[in-house]
Amino acid sequence: MDMTLNINGQAHDVAAPAASLLVEVLRDTLGLTGTHIGCDTSQCGACHVLLDGVAVKSCTLLAAQAQGAAITTIEGLGTAETLHPMQQAFRDAHGLQCGFCTPGMVMAGLEMVRRHGTRLTPALVAHELEGNLCRCTGYLNIVKAIVAGAAAMETADA
Amino acid sequence: MRDFDLVRPASLAAATAAFAAGGEAAYLAGGHTLIPAMKSRLRMPDALIDLAGLDLAGIVPDGKRLWIGAMTRHADVAGGASAIPGLAALAGGIGDPQVRNRGTLGGSIANNDPAADYPAAALALDALIETDRATHKADDFFQGMFTTALADGEIITRIGFAIPQRSAYAKFRHPASRYAVVGVYVADHGNSWRVAVTGAGPGVFRWAEAEAAIAAGGALPTLPADDLNSDIHAGPEYRAHLCGVMLKQALAGLV
Ligand SMILES: Cc1cc2nc3c(=O)[nH]c(=O)nc-3n(C[C@H](O)[C@H](O)[C@H](O)COP(=O)(O)OP(=O)(O)OC[C@H]3O[C@@H](n4cnc5c(N)ncnc54)[C@H](O)[C@@H]3O)c2cc1C
Ligand code: FES
Ligand code: FES
Repeated sequence: MDMTLNINGQAHDVAAPAASLLVEVLRDTLGLTGTHIGCDTSQCGACHVLLDGVAVKSCTLLAAQAQGAAITTIEGLGTAETLHPMQQAFRDAHGLQCGFCTPGMVMAGLEMVRRHGTRLTPALVAHELEGNLCRCTGYLNIVKAIVAGAAAMETADA
Repeated sequence: MRDFDLVRPASLAAATAAFAAGGEAAYLAGGHTLIPAMKSRLRMPDALIDLAGLDLAGIVPDGKRLWIGAMTRHADVAGGASAIPGLAALAGGIGDPQVRNRGTLGGSIANNDPAADYPAAALALDALIETDRATHKADDFFQGMFTTALADGEIITRIGFAIPQRSAYAKFRHPASRYAVVGVYVADHGNSWRVAVTGAGPGVFRWAEAEAAIAAGGALPTLPADDLNSDIHAGPEYRAHLCGVMLKQALAGLV
């Protein structure tokens, strides 16, 4: 079926089967491979993207369901030269090792800021990370990164 | 996933007509049960009918009941069902934040997973389940594992929960799936109590002995293990024990 997807501020006309998942269209059709598939059973969060600013699992959403919404992927956050404050915080806090889970972790961090504001506690972040799995870090530095990234967004917005 | 025709109706009539148009059809709400089932080919519908265009979301208090639209997402119930704090807390404990951003009340009630959370609230809060063609009482609606009173093609439009004086839900969550190994919803309706148990049996059920004991102020009962579920997570005796523990936790947390 023909669909138009608004991704990172740009409209893309896509012809894909109705059964295409959003993550499949992002990665395979459009080459936006920053969004990852870690489990395909809706549990790991590597595939998180923002839909009108709200974090969702792009492996559990049809691409067709995302029509009409503004989709933000990790490619749409910062540039290689100027990272988004949440990305920069992962770099500074050593919040990644292999990096496979990181795009989804960054999106989960932005979801926390959307719902709880920029002043997050480690306990809240650990609780809110229920839908993100990391096989490398042991989470401690991810929690530190999200707390710091959220705080940096307050200054960045001011 | 096998391909299908995607239909995006703008009215209930168009949705039911599309359902009846031939082949195997399925309604799509939040997709957080259906899409995983389609990925693993447990479900292979020929037509998928997206309910997103039907304007079925929203929370409206109406005297003695809190009416919540079928397409209201778990996150919105968690944030908006302040008239029944126990129900809001239940919604806030479903899955993870991203599941709650997509999954809907109607999808959970229609699916009637024996370990799902909402069916316990619907039963304990004496809910009315309104559809495009009928109104079902929760007591008659849930008919065992993945089985409900819904006819083929019937669409849940909204659910009316009786607003209790106090209520609470306690769940022993499976640490990976987050569904209930056992969940107990207790509601104080002023002149009566309702206690509903999910996760423990082949479907959600009322625990009449517990209701009577609470009303009489007597000792809390033990649930017989005979008909309870047994799987790799918990055997029937352990589930029976957990029912008692969750009952006490819910009673201690009434709001
Ligand atoms: C990782 C993960 C964790 C989860 N954890 C929990 C948990 O802890 N507790 C819990 O209770 N659930 C849990 N769920 C399930 C989640 O709550 C689902 O969202 C919910 O069960 C189904 O709602 P849905 O809107 O996604 O429905 P869908 O998947 O779209 O539909 C489910 C079924 O209901 C039918 N249907 C949907 N809406 C209607 C309607 N209005 N009228 C008639 N039929 C309809 C569909 O045709 C389909 O058969 C989890 C899911 C995932 C992926
Ligand atoms: S790939 Fe989507 S949750 Fe794991
Ligand atoms: S850094 Fe390797 S999975 Fe998280």
